[in-house]
Amino acid sequence: MPPLPATAPETAAAAAPALVRPPVVEISGLWSVFHTAGVDVVVHKDLNLTVAHGEVLAIVGGSGSGKTVLLRQILGLQTPSRGSVTVLGKPAAVLGAKGAASRVGMLFQHGALFSAFTVLENIAFALRELRCLPDDLIRDAALLKLQMVGLDVKHAHKMPAELSGGMIKRVALARALIMDPPLLLLDEPTAGLDPESADAFCNLLRSLHHELGLTVVMVTHDLDTLFELSTRVAVVADQKIIVNAPPREVIAFPHPFIHDFFLGERGQRAMELLREYPFTV
Amino acid sequence: MRPHTRYHAFFTHDQTIPSKPMEASNPRISRDTSPDGPCLRVLGRWTAAQLTLPGVWDAVEASLKAQAAQGAAGWDLRALQRLDHLGAQVLWNHWGRQWPARIDVLADQRAMLERVARYAVAPPPYRPRTLWERFVRLGELVLKVTDHAEDLLRLIGQLMLDLIRLVRAPRDGPWRDVTGHIFHIGATALPITALVGFLIGVVLAYLTSQQLRLFGAEIYIVNILGLSLIRELGPVLAAVLIAGRSGSAITAQIGVMRVTEELDAMRVMGIPQGFRLVMPRALAMALAMPLITLWTTVSALVGGMLAADLVLGITPSYFINNLPRAVMVSNLWLAMGKSVVFGLLIALIGCHYGLRVKPNTESLGQGTTASVVTSITVVILIDALFAVIFKNIGI
Repeated sequence: MPPLPATAPETAAAAAPALVRPPVVEISGLWSVFHTAGVDVVVHKDLNLTVAHGEVLAIVGGSGSGKTVLLRQILGLQTPSRGSVTVLGKPAAVLGAKGAASRVGMLFQHGALFSAFTVLENIAFALRELRCLPDDLIRDAALLKLQMVGLDVKHAHKMPAELSGGMIKRVALARALIMDPPLLLLDEPTAGLDPESADAFCNLLRSLHHELGLTVVMVTHDLDTLFELSTRVAVVADQKIIVNAPPREVIAFPHPFIHDFFLGERGQRAMELLREYPFTV
Repeated sequence: MRPHTRYHAFFTHDQTIPSKPMEASNPRISRDTSPDGPCLRVLGRWTAAQLTLPGVWDAVEASLKAQAAQGAAGWDLRALQRLDHLGAQVLWNHWGRQWPARIDVLADQRAMLERVARYAVAPPPYRPRTLWERFVRLGELVLKVTDHAEDLLRLIGQLMLDLIRLVRAPRDGPWRDVTGHIFHIGATALPITALVGFLIGVVLAYLTSQQLRLFGAEIYIVNILGLSLIRELGPVLAAVLIAGRSGSAITAQIGVMRVTEELDAMRVMGIPQGFRLVMPRALAMALAMPLITLWTTVSALVGGMLAADLVLGITPSYFINNLPRAVMVSNLWLAMGKSVVFGLLIALIGCHYGLRVKPNTESLGQGTTASVVTSITVVILIDALFAVIFKNIGI
């Protein structure tokens, strides 16, 4: 099979209304160079990536291939050595301004909940800090998000230290969604969860994607999550995105990393999911 | 059509970062008449981003109030540019958490409002503490104090056992840790302790020289500076500085190891925490503290000597020659002995609070604060104790 072009043809549903919109994330000519022990390590070399509206893009790659660096660059937490990162039509560097929570939500790998705040205060934090809405409205909005991520109201006044790993992820997701941002970034959303919680979390993410029309960019090593959620997969290898296409086409792409990653023993098992793969854009 | 695409019509709006609050996108309500009677048209973007722009919420709240005052009307949401959960929540709360009698909405807006309605519940209330619970908390406080004392006693006992183990097999001791801690606690503290000691010496000499001149007793500045700096101020000053500098560092280091589960990892590997964490720090502190005290005292004396020369004309050579006569050597031994005790206590208190940190960041901060406050208080308490016990020695 001949190698697929990096931008595979859009599926019908996405082609209709989404094409007229500007891309949510646009990375062009990105270089990431790190200086460690006097040596320049080039992590990304002239990398290009576009995330269209409504996509669920999974970024995969080997350890140290710079997936998390890419995520941090999209968030504006790290500045690339060269190249530009544009998010929602603005440079990523200006994302951190006031009201950033209404543009991008980020689910950190370990939740990054504020340990001094209760669950409800954590969720409401971004909204409350803007200091223009009344307290009871903020509380209602936070309670709504708490229940939307499948948590009971009785947990509202707990401290993060009292929560289990799955609950921390859910609270962190509720916090990321408090201002209904159009773009959601996930760093290893199911890492550290037991299979049952991971499945439940995947279902939650998928239903939220349906209901809210979110664009999602995630970094994951978990093949189950990848096949269950993503509409596109971008593979980072050889310092660039070697392929960016729907999962089926990515698997067929001839590259040693993809072969090892998807067609190893773990990959074969996860691929069973593909047969009943219900979800494309 | 796949289920999620039906929302696309609803989200066709451009979702770029709003640059300026534009008139057209401001959330607002206009009153119209429809065949069924008066009707409130909801217009603009009812989103979290829009509602939290400066001034927007006040305008929305005012117009909602004004419309409510004009009497009941139907609602029409179909001309809305965009509605998100926060906007829906605002409307739902305004409707008194129930559907209005007359309403025109699109299917997607209805879904959004229904979700808000489904989850609109009162939060579980904070239960205020009863009198009995407050009484019980008082008891808990007392128990906590005894618990601290017990823990500290256990730590001291463990340190004794570890020291015996070290004496029996000195080759197996964590010597690299000890030397590392001596460097961090002692060597790196030299500049700051010298500076503080020097300045205290200068200040003390200036203050006392004014008084001594009144009595024509200028030469006694050697006695006053020598005794107070060597016997009291040198050790206490050094101990307070090191408690703030290294005591807090010890608590923070061990506390972070708790937060990152490193302490648990050590326990699982069967590595004794007392022998590898507490003893090296206590040993290093007990060794470094007298040396730092000596160093601080010397720089304070240099400062005092310089000031005495400038203010009273007492030359450094006179000062140095008369110092042994004015201050007995036993004062120096007392100061060194005190410093060893101070050092041990600072290290033990630092380790004690570090090991008690719970795995969250707030507890880490509280532990560090408590460690510094406690060790400084204990240093001054012990100093007073020494003053009482040794009141007949060296004066």
